[in-house]
Amino acid sequence: MSEIARDGETLKGAELEERLARTWSRAPGLWGWITTVDHKEIGRRYIWTAMTFMVLGGILAAVMRAQLARPESGLISADRYNQIFTMHGTTMMFLFAVPVMEAIAIYIIPLMVGTRNIAFPRLNAFSYWTYLFGALLLWVGFILNIGPDAGWFMYTPLSGPQFSPGKRTDIWAQMITFTEVAGIAVAVELTATILKFRAPGMSLGKMPLFVWAILITSIMIILSLPSVALASAMLLSDRLIGTQFFNAFEHGDALLWQHLFWFFAHPEVYIIFLPATGFVSQIVETFTGRRVFAYPAMVLALVATGFLSFGVWVHHMFATGLPRLGYDFYTASSMAVAIPAAIQIFCWIATIWLGRPRFTVPFLYVIAFIVTFVIGGLSGVMVASVPMDLELHDTYFVVAHFHYVLIGGAVFPLLGAITYWFPKFSGRMLSEGLGKAAFWLVVVGFNVTFFPMHLTGMLGMPRRVYTYPADMGWNGLNLLSSLGAVVIWLGGLIFIANVFLALRRPRGAAANPWGGSSLEWATDSPPPPYNFAHQPIATGHTPLWDVTDVLPVMTGLRVDDREQLITTAIEAVPDIRYPSPEPTPWPLLSAIALAALFIGSIFTPWAVVIGAVPLAVGFIAWFWPKSPPSKEPVIE
Amino acid sequence: MTRGLRGLGLTFALAGCHGTQSMTEGAGLQGVQFSNLFTLFSAVTGFFYLLVIVGLIGGLILRPREDRTAEGEKAAGVGFMTWLGGVLLGLTALTVASYVADRNVAAATPAHPTLEVQVTGNQWWWDVTYRNADTGQELRTANELHLPVGVPVRLTLKSNDVIHSFWVPALGGKQDLIPGRTNMLTLLPTQTGIYRGQCAEFCGAQHAHMAIDVTIEPRDAFRRWWAAGLAPAVPPANPLAKAGYQFVMTRQCASCHTISGTPASGRVGPDLTHLASRRSIGAGTFPMTRGHLFAWVADPQGAKRGNQMPYVGLDADQLRAVVAYLEGLK
Repeated sequence: MSEIARDGETLKGAELEERLARTWSRAPGLWGWITTVDHKEIGRRYIWTAMTFMVLGGILAAVMRAQLARPESGLISADRYNQIFTMHGTTMMFLFAVPVMEAIAIYIIPLMVGTRNIAFPRLNAFSYWTYLFGALLLWVGFILNIGPDAGWFMYTPLSGPQFSPGKRTDIWAQMITFTEVAGIAVAVELTATILKFRAPGMSLGKMPLFVWAILITSIMIILSLPSVALASAMLLSDRLIGTQFFNAFEHGDALLWQHLFWFFAHPEVYIIFLPATGFVSQIVETFTGRRVFAYPAMVLALVATGFLSFGVWVHHMFATGLPRLGYDFYTASSMAVAIPAAIQIFCWIATIWLGRPRFTVPFLYVIAFIVTFVIGGLSGVMVASVPMDLELHDTYFVVAHFHYVLIGGAVFPLLGAITYWFPKFSGRMLSEGLGKAAFWLVVVGFNVTFFPMHLTGMLGMPRRVYTYPADMGWNGLNLLSSLGAVVIWLGGLIFIANVFLALRRPRGAAANPWGGSSLEWATDSPPPPYNFAHQPIATGHTPLWDVTDVLPVMTGLRVDDREQLITTAIEAVPDIRYPSPEPTPWPLLSAIALAALFIGSIFTPWAVVIGAVPLAVGFIAWFWPKSPPSKEPVIE
Repeated sequence: MTRGLRGLGLTFALAGCHGTQSMTEGAGLQGVQFSNLFTLFSAVTGFFYLLVIVGLIGGLILRPREDRTAEGEKAAGVGFMTWLGGVLLGLTALTVASYVADRNVAAATPAHPTLEVQVTGNQWWWDVTYRNADTGQELRTANELHLPVGVPVRLTLKSNDVIHSFWVPALGGKQDLIPGRTNMLTLLPTQTGIYRGQCAEFCGAQHAHMAIDVTIEPRDAFRRWWAAGLAPAVPPANPLAKAGYQFVMTRQCASCHTISGTPASGRVGPDLTHLASRRSIGAGTFPMTRGHLFAWVADPQGAKRGNQMPYVGLDADQLRAVVAYLEGLK
């Protein structure tokens, strides 16, 4: 046994780091870039891609605001507008919001729980490529004027073969399949990482709130995505092989789509929101210098939101003529979601009261989050009521409501989180001055854009109209919204400039520049490929604040092989060792084969049969057992 | 009442050829209930928002003394329970108020009103058929609704193609028109006036141009409209209109449109019997003017791209004749 190199008394310091770096580094150059399975590299890639799609979705929003700035505007045609608003919703929901939350979790969670890599790292690489190919399919389609045009919600029968001929809707539905595969893969990795790879001592009851938020979110993704997978598969088969699931005139049912879609798409809102609450909790903790007030209540609020979010989907369908008694149930459950949200808001504010706030850019975004998100939450209480919703549904009031929830509730915390973790991602700090300028422009611009939409909606303007008559009383409010969009864009450009200017500077950020308490701050900024030289031990809720001098560590993991420690799911007691997979090109090649199969199937069902062969080759090569087998049994 | 909303400064003076589409009008039972509920919800949610903002500002400005952290924790615990209790109370009150408002509407409207109207959604226009249960008389029109004030009306909502949503904000309520299903919506207009409604569910390329003109009038006026509507179309009065009549009856027009009292009996497109008495053409796309009639008949696809009416290809004389005839269909 003694010939196996392990960290410990005899192997530490620079020599250990040098040997670990040799074991965990990827090959240099392009080959290394495409074969890497490092969660940090893939996480960064995911974040860049998702943020790029936010910018693209934002460009679409700007075009829509330009069109709606004036009544009867002829800037773009109805057909183009319908493609643009469909692409905006689809891009923001499927290519930006859910992936970016998963992306940050891919980067941060293994560091925060104190391990060397994410669980199933090859699946992680595969997930990224699958997501990228699905996203490219959608956007290449849009650029070729075959972008989807029946709304991101794709209600049947409008999206069916009779009313949406051509390939536009097929591209949308198949893009959904790509993002489902990618999304579920990441959710599985994160669940496994959180449950089995936590540092010794980090029992479930001591996990940082961001880790809890990601655990609940991942379970929600696993439970809700199959519903939209089923729905989009049924839609594709209606369109491509002549089934009639959604065709009322052949004994199908148009409303079935709405049930299946919203059973996914309402939880999706919380899949976007819960990670954001995790950002807020981490930022509040760091910048008030104390633990978030009432930790058990915060965890229970996350769990309760996860449960309740599966019981509210019918509030999207109050106008469809379902039984009244059923509506009352969904009104009550939709109202009830406000309770865990109210608990969280209280606990954050109580933490600010009890702590000592430092007004850095991440903390400013938390303040903006509370100020704006609560407005969206309260207008959500309004639309949960059936008599209220029957007026407000599908008007600009609802557009205002969900942008307050999604931008106020998720994008502001996200911008705060990017600023907060930027030193960890890149080794550099963002400029506070530029950060504050961007902050004020984005937050003020947001409110100027979206607050007037409450009124536009109450004055009767429906959603998803490419133009409107001049004498409805909507002109001034729409112009104001469009001007606000310009201000948001100015802020966005400053944020982007801040990022690129920072990346031009040399690295120099400290390991823990903000004085955070969680384990990701225990390693360098950016972390080395192996994350931690020694396996850290978490002694309490706030490991870095609990120790006075040196963080306690565990030794004994191999340094000549990629080895990670697996701990028990609840108490995080050291259990077994796990050989983490080596870099490989097969996830990329399998993703290419899968993309060929999916895209081919839009044109012929035979693509599924023929495409299965290269896919099988890719998977077999990917899972081919290591030869020779590891010298040591993995169970200690 | 709507006074509450006006007090919030949400009512804007509107003028123009369209009726208002504002929710703040409260011209129907549901609209009034909505206004009441909106006032209540605004007050309650506004109160809680104020608490959050005051709490937040307090937390940002005030600093507890170092030696009193234990008391601070304790006070926060008490505050937490109070806040939770308050939120539960507020949400329960709003849920009950919402339930009561919903049931009030159901209680105030009879299960089987005497006035029944079938509204069928099409891409992108409304097919409207009134039925008199006593006489069996049927009155078919399109993109307009005349309703007597104070009389409950039951709308039977269907769709011929995709999902649409019937929504006249002033009257309140919103109900989808779903292919393969029949939805009911009982309305009770409470205030006369001219209002506008618009399809609220995205229904394809011209979803933005699917409006309906609603006239709520005293019963006498409604009876006059009803009687006029039952009458057959006005025959062409002058040679130009007669030529137009000939064209309409002998060419494509008659295979899609009905003009009662003439051989034209197609049911694919809107009924044209009293076309010229309507406020707009193309489901609210244009006001009813001679110029817009010319534009529409000459090139329906230029006027509203994607609609079902094909380009007919009339020459200038034919166009003038057809419009002259249509203008006479009062």
